[in-house]
Amino acid sequence: MAEAETQGTGAPAIRTHTMNFGPQHPAAHGVLRLVLEMDGEVVERADPHIGLLHRGTEKLIEYKTYMQAVPYFDRLDYVAPMCQEHAFALATEKLLGIAVPPRGQYVRVLFAEISRILNHLLNLTTYAIDVGAITPALWGFEEREKLMEFHEAVSGARLHANYFRPGGVAKDMPAGIAERIGEWAEGFPKFIDDLETLLTENRIWKQRTVDIGVMSLEEALAWGWSGPCLRASGAAWDLRKSQPYDCYGEMEFDIPVGRNGDCYDRYLVRVAEMRESLKIIRQCLARMPEGPIKTQDHKITPPSRGEMKRSMEALIHHFKLYTEGYHVPAGSTYTAVEAPKGEFGVYLIADGTNKPYRCKIRAPGFAHLQTMDHIAKGHMLADAVAIIGSLDIVFGEIDR
Amino acid sequence: MGVMDRTVRGLLLSELVSGMALTLRYFFKPKVTINYPYEKGPISPRFKGEHALRRYPNGEERCIACKLCEAVCPAQAITIEAEPREDGSRRTTRYDIDMTKCIYCGLCEEACPVDAIVEGPNFEFSTETREELMYNKDRLLANGDRWEAEIAARLAADGPYR
Repeated sequence: MAEAETQGTGAPAIRTHTMNFGPQHPAAHGVLRLVLEMDGEVVERADPHIGLLHRGTEKLIEYKTYMQAVPYFDRLDYVAPMCQEHAFALATEKLLGIAVPPRGQYVRVLFAEISRILNHLLNLTTYAIDVGAITPALWGFEEREKLMEFHEAVSGARLHANYFRPGGVAKDMPAGIAERIGEWAEGFPKFIDDLETLLTENRIWKQRTVDIGVMSLEEALAWGWSGPCLRASGAAWDLRKSQPYDCYGEMEFDIPVGRNGDCYDRYLVRVAEMRESLKIIRQCLARMPEGPIKTQDHKITPPSRGEMKRSMEALIHHFKLYTEGYHVPAGSTYTAVEAPKGEFGVYLIADGTNKPYRCKIRAPGFAHLQTMDHIAKGHMLADAVAIIGSLDIVFGEIDR
Repeated sequence: MGVMDRTVRGLLLSELVSGMALTLRYFFKPKVTINYPYEKGPISPRFKGEHALRRYPNGEERCIACKLCEAVCPAQAITIEAEPREDGSRRTTRYDIDMTKCIYCGLCEEACPVDAIVEGPNFEFSTETREELMYNKDRLLANGDRWEAEIAARLAADGPYR
């Protein structure tokens, strides 16, 4: 607390005053402790303190086999778990030098896009709550619930899926789920329209978001932004287009780009991205090929249970896989995916054993949160809340 | 959109009114909320809930103490001790799961070669004390007996995909 004497009166006047925003504040989107230096209601300095959700994931993974490491990725960005698994699966596949069968790729892309919609639905609606609109969240969670059912039907869990595995996915989609997703995809654009009716033109929403937290393209690139936040600043940069992984190369979709890089553009880009994800989902469903969903090298993926119970060789593979795992040839790779929040990368070093030597995780939220001081400076306290909402912060991935 | 148009829309609060009208439409839609605990959401055959140890139809326990689940468990939540029984068959003398450690990844069920340990459909097993979540073999076998009908149906439904 900085104090100064007001002229002549002799009474001390408070110039700036420091306050804690969070870690128990609902608008802090998790356990963000933001130390704000306030001049009245204007933010002078925003200092994010992180680490309250640190679990040592990177170190833990060094002690897990590649198969055991997958569930840890669910728990990074727990709003879009499958996209995290996707990055690790791709990195491991690159080191192993294996290819995923087409159906496996399509299932993965389908669920990566469902995860993206799940993520954007949560982000946009809670962002709306932060600036005072409660209705979108009530409606958005109904849609999320439907998607969670699909999520649960394939993986058996509503959040922590453990579904994408190096070599493919754990199990094939159950019969009938593709049709249900198709039906849902028919009705979803209506929901996006309704969401936009509530927010896009709404004057309160615009007063709270337009020209708040402006990030120019140069600054955004310099600060390491990626994903929807970078696109809102005007860069048409999307890893799904620039370095397609799995079957994204075959998909037709556009990259929504913003112009001003403010909170409002970040909202618009996410809404447009949901529509693009829907396009990809439709294409995946229409072109879903038949065939195996994981590589048939049973040194890497488990054999089917029927086979395991009949064939001695399959049984040996099964036991080897679930005890020792597989050995990954020495090498290193940086593999990134376009997670809903931005570029989620895994830097994996293998030393030829069954466990990673090092697994560095590049979380997009971390790069976004570090700019908090830069973009919140000079804004009001309530705008800091809008900025946090628009950056899409999830603490699982920032603290790791 | 011209200046006039924008001004008139602004003065008439058109976007607020249309938003309110939409909210009113939703107000008269059928409710989607369910009356938990009397109604519950759907659960697929793959749902990874509370663990159970199963038995064969003749009452013999399935687990053969191969310890694959213990080896694969990423959270190291499973502890197994085993020795030969009087009749010479290999069985567990201790099978503990620390449910506070378990991360419900489902790898134990995948690893089990005899379908003994499964993650059942039950998700309502919260307790008042931490100690109650340290499951031992008796508790797990009791779970298996209680949920066997559902578990068998689930395994049959998911069989073609496993």
